Amino acid sequence: MIIGLDIGSRSIELVGIVDREVVHTKQVPTTFDPLFQCSELLDGLRPASLVGTGYGRNLIQQLDLGCPCSTITEIKAHAFGAAHLFPEARTVLDIGGQDTKAIALAKGKVMKFEMNDRCAAGTGKFLEYTASVFQIPIEEFGHYALKGENPPEISSICTVFAETEATSLMARGERPENIALGLHKTIIKRTVSMLNRVGLTFPLVFTGGVANNPCVRELLASALKITKPTDLLIPATPDMAGALGAALIGCGQQ
Amino acid sequence: MSDSAHREMWEKLDMDLEAHDALLAVLGTFYGDIYLSQENRLKGAEYLDFVLSEVHGLRIKELEQAKAEGRKVIGSFCVFVPEEIALAADAVHVGLCAGAEAGTELAEQLVPRNTCALIKSFIGFKMAKICPFTESSDMIVGETTCDGKKKAYEAFNEIAPTYVMEVPQTKTAAAKALWKTEVLRYLAEVEQLTGVTITPERLKRGIQVANDKRRALQRLTALRAANPAPISGRDALLVNQISFYDEPIRFTTKINELCDELESRIQAKEGVTPGTTPRLLLSGCPMAVPNWKLPYIVEGSGAVIVGEESCIGTRNSRDLVDESGDTLDAMIDALVDRYMKIDCACFTPNTERLDNVTSLAKELNADGVIHYSLLFCQPYAHETLKVDKALQSEGIPMLSIETDYSMEDVEQLKTRVEAFVETLA
Repeated sequence: MIIGLDIGSRSIELVGIVDREVVHTKQVPTTFDPLFQCSELLDGLRPASLVGTGYGRNLIQQLDLGCPCSTITEIKAHAFGAAHLFPEARTVLDIGGQDTKAIALAKGKVMKFEMNDRCAAGTGKFLEYTASVFQIPIEEFGHYALKGENPPEISSICTVFAETEATSLMARGERPENIALGLHKTIIKRTVSMLNRVGLTFPLVFTGGVANNPCVRELLASALKITKPTDLLIPATPDMAGALGAALIGCGQQ
Repeated sequence: MSDSAHREMWEKLDMDLEAHDALLAVLGTFYGDIYLSQENRLKGAEYLDFVLSEVHGLRIKELEQAKAEGRKVIGSFCVFVPEEIALAADAVHVGLCAGAEAGTELAEQLVPRNTCALIKSFIGFKMAKICPFTESSDMIVGETTCDGKKKAYEAFNEIAPTYVMEVPQTKTAAAKALWKTEVLRYLAEVEQLTGVTITPERLKRGIQVANDKRRALQRLTALRAANPAPISGRDALLVNQISFYDEPIRFTTKINELCDELESRIQAKEGVTPGTTPRLLLSGCPMAVPNWKLPYIVEGSGAVIVGEESCIGTRNSRDLVDESGDTLDAMIDALVDRYMKIDCACFTPNTERLDNVTSLAKELNADGVIHYSLLFCQPYAHETLKVDKALQSEGIPMLSIETDYSMEDVEQLKTRVEAFVETLA
């Protein structure tokens, strides 16, 4: 089995492949001890080779697996994963816990990419933080925001400033669902501009944990004026795309 | 990094010894990690290691000796300040400290927080009393190459009297005339400071010394076109950085020796990395000592840097002063012509830089370009977009990086640089 391991800031995903078929997938939270979490994930598995990706990719060197190990960036990994699932893909959007990436593809290869700077504005972290302000579990935050109707304009993309804006809107008596929708909209604004900078071409594949959020999906489709469902493609498990891509690259290296 | 025998000298220069010790300790660790850990290094790199280890020690001692002999020390921050004039007046021309996050909080008392790291650094170095070059300078020369700098010199002047040259922003005949008056005004100022009358013979000699230094740097640049790359980008950057600090004639000799070594390496097809390594050109803002963050990340990501299109790079060495003139006026005109060719992002328009970047990338057989701009450096941030477009039309991929001297974004930079290198492989 060839394993792809995506060590992200929020979660760690593992995809095991035999003969280019996925035979094993698992996900755990990263916690403050990602190395321990990786060992747990790999417990009982004997990979022929392993490819690490994600922000903690270099941790695999400390795992002592006794098999060939290499690393690739999450940009290449998500591009590969997305192109494998949807060979017609031309652009990939990956919104993870800490970073957002927009990637232009040509024949399944990365042509150009954009990534946020040091600040995690507009990423999963932003949603997680604002959801906690509403005291709503992150998994339900998107559904909650979809109940909103007239979203107030939230101008700040900075997590801390956006909270300040949300708080003052609450103090003015704005409906919390509307505020939640407004917060989701700020992410879309930033994401669309990043997509445009890499020269957005359809079909667009949306990967990463935030692609599970129904409100972000809906707002993205409407902001990009998507009419054909084949223009915005979302994998069944978008958070596994990076680990899948890494495992596939491992197959190529065999 | 340096001998304790220098402490007395630093004390005399009224430096903050404790803060300076801390700076040297950090620099030493940094240098060890980034430079001494390299494999397949050149023999000539011993010179670089020695100069850097003594940059605040023996080199400052030399400056003090020069001063004891009645010579003057002129410190500057920019490639626009003509070194030839200082040399003609038998003065020592040195670059001043910037390139580290030192004294940043102090600097924020004098300039706004949203000022580029380079400006905050030179002010910080002075306020924290940790730059022996600044303290040894008899004259500090600023220049108006951006709004940040020109306003910063107003503030800096209060703590270290600063003479400012007005650099024009266009390349029209009127701008050139302005620059000529500025060069003449500077020449008179240097004559007054040094008590030396600059004769044609003296200026000719100054031009010769500065040109020889540039010729050595040009030779180095040309040799880096070879594949496999005969020298690491880190070491080549160090050569360019040291060109601002070391005694010019010694520097020229040493760099020519280094180039001899490079030539024999190239002949033997030896390199610092395999011939399959992706080759990158760095372009944009200057990288002053010890700003080695990005080169270290790039060369740790499986690529090799084959050129620096920056002021601490080809912008400083690409053009020579015409040596054919015999009268003072002809030589001044030649100087003016040479300096007006500098394609600093402060000029509008600045299309020649776009041509220079693309042709340099081609000459050096670069697979891609990394455009580096310091956070809050407007001129280069603007040109990032133009350079990207120009390179795109030539089919040369580019990655844009905007950062400062802090280490907080190292991991994110690694991801971006590695991903860029992956696209080239």
